Amino acid sequence: MNGVVGQLINFCAALLLLLAFAMISQRRILSLIHLFTLQGVALVAATVLVGYVTAQPHLYLSAALTFVLKVLLIPWLLYRVIDRLNVRWDMETLINIPTTMLVGIGLVMFAFYLALPISQLSATIVRGNLGIALACVLLSFLMMITRSKAVPQVIGFLALENGLFFAATSATYGMPMVVELGIALDVLVGILILGVFMFQIREQFDSLDIRHLESLKED
Amino acid sequence: MSAHAVISQVLAVVVALALAPLLSGWVNQCRAWLQNKSAPGLLQPFRLLHKLFNKDSVLAEHASPLFRASPYVVFGCMVLACAIIPSLSTTLLLAPAADAIALVGLFALARVFISLAAMDVGTAFGSLGARREMLVGFLAEPALLIVLFTTAMIASSTSLSAIVQTLSAGSPVISPSLVFAGVAFTMVSLAENARVPVDNPATHLELTMIHEALILEYSGRHLALLEWAASLKLFAYSCIGLALFFPWGINVSDSPLGLLLALPVLLGKLLIGGALLALLETISAKMRIFRVPEFLGTAFMIAVLAMLVHMLLGS
Repeated sequence: MNGVVGQLINFCAALLLLLAFAMISQRRILSLIHLFTLQGVALVAATVLVGYVTAQPHLYLSAALTFVLKVLLIPWLLYRVIDRLNVRWDMETLINIPTTMLVGIGLVMFAFYLALPISQLSATIVRGNLGIALACVLLSFLMMITRSKAVPQVIGFLALENGLFFAATSATYGMPMVVELGIALDVLVGILILGVFMFQIREQFDSLDIRHLESLKED
Repeated sequence: MSAHAVISQVLAVVVALALAPLLSGWVNQCRAWLQNKSAPGLLQPFRLLHKLFNKDSVLAEHASPLFRASPYVVFGCMVLACAIIPSLSTTLLLAPAADAIALVGLFALARVFISLAAMDVGTAFGSLGARREMLVGFLAEPALLIVLFTTAMIASSTSLSAIVQTLSAGSPVISPSLVFAGVAFTMVSLAENARVPVDNPATHLELTMIHEALILEYSGRHLALLEWAASLKLFAYSCIGLALFFPWGINVSDSPLGLLLALPVLLGKLLIGGALLALLETISAKMRIFRVPEFLGTAFMIAVLAMLVHMLLGS
């Protein structure tokens, strides 16, 4: 029984990685939000499965928290933001997408190589997934670096948090509840503040391109 | 060399030759139904072949012997490919030669010959099609190789028969690396078989065509051989996909009963697979040719991910 559930957890982990890649290669903001929501669903499924296998009820709680925040609330907020800003079809990357994907594959290899000795020290049944979580984190970093617009950067930041959460689950069966609640609230407050930021940037520069922020003085 | 191996080998070739046009007909029929058109009969590809074989072949004035030889080479490659793929049984006479890399090489050989033949006559459409075919081919081939390598790593062998034997003995839970490899393989086979997101098989004389531009100069029995080869290629790709990702029902023992049972199972899987292909073609739009590298790059990336995930998770 544990073998089958273990396989399913591995499957969810692989799905997380695939979705992280899909987000990198995505050009449209609307699809990006869909993918982020799907990543949240995969994360919730993985957490519930880990909680079931290890009989740790607090993982159910954090899964529920993730579900409410990352599958329902934050995507809804993001939808509202892009609706208000009217940037549904935004498409701009600093490096072209095939190159980004090749860089991404390099990052995945690096993460796997890095995580291999670490995961051997861990005793959890999902230790193999540490590499995948690390890869998700690095891919989200890559997404934040290669996007020049504000909204994809925020989504990259949220995906980064997904990766960290999964890393915690796979390495130590989740963080203590207090920490988890703190992070969840942080993310929520963060997205609210960043939403206000986006409106301010738009107000100031008439676009969401954050390259405008690089010049300090107005000419 | 046992009698069983000889029989299953002959059966595999005969079944491939007979079923390949039927599969194309079935996909066309499903497509027409899904698009609210009245469908051509299931035997339409056979009628087309019959008509073309009875017609005279017209050759261009400057056609070299290569142009005349190419249809036979391409057809031969596809028959050989269908012969080494374990579609019904893994105990084949050609099993020692049935290497995954050799299979990709066979497809590449056919591609080189058909592209050379298309450029041979010197029409604009021919060389245009040949260039596009090579563009698609050089991007699709590495992805296909990585998919096959992933399954070869699971089985620790590049022999197709050994891979299918290992996979059919595996657990019913599909491992993540196989799922990724399956997705990548589907994308590659859509591109290789000139299916909708990459090329429209129902088009004639359109600026975006790839496969039809290659065979524009052919007529009569040459065209018949190329059409048959194209449907054999579709059949070969379907059989590889079914053998690698849905290997249930393929005869892995030496029993004659298993061989008899494998045929209806294969038919059922092809029926479902063909209908799904038609559905996929109907719901997706043809992409611009400059998007094709991105599409195939994604396929390559998913295939590499499959391999990496297999290495990390070991499942």
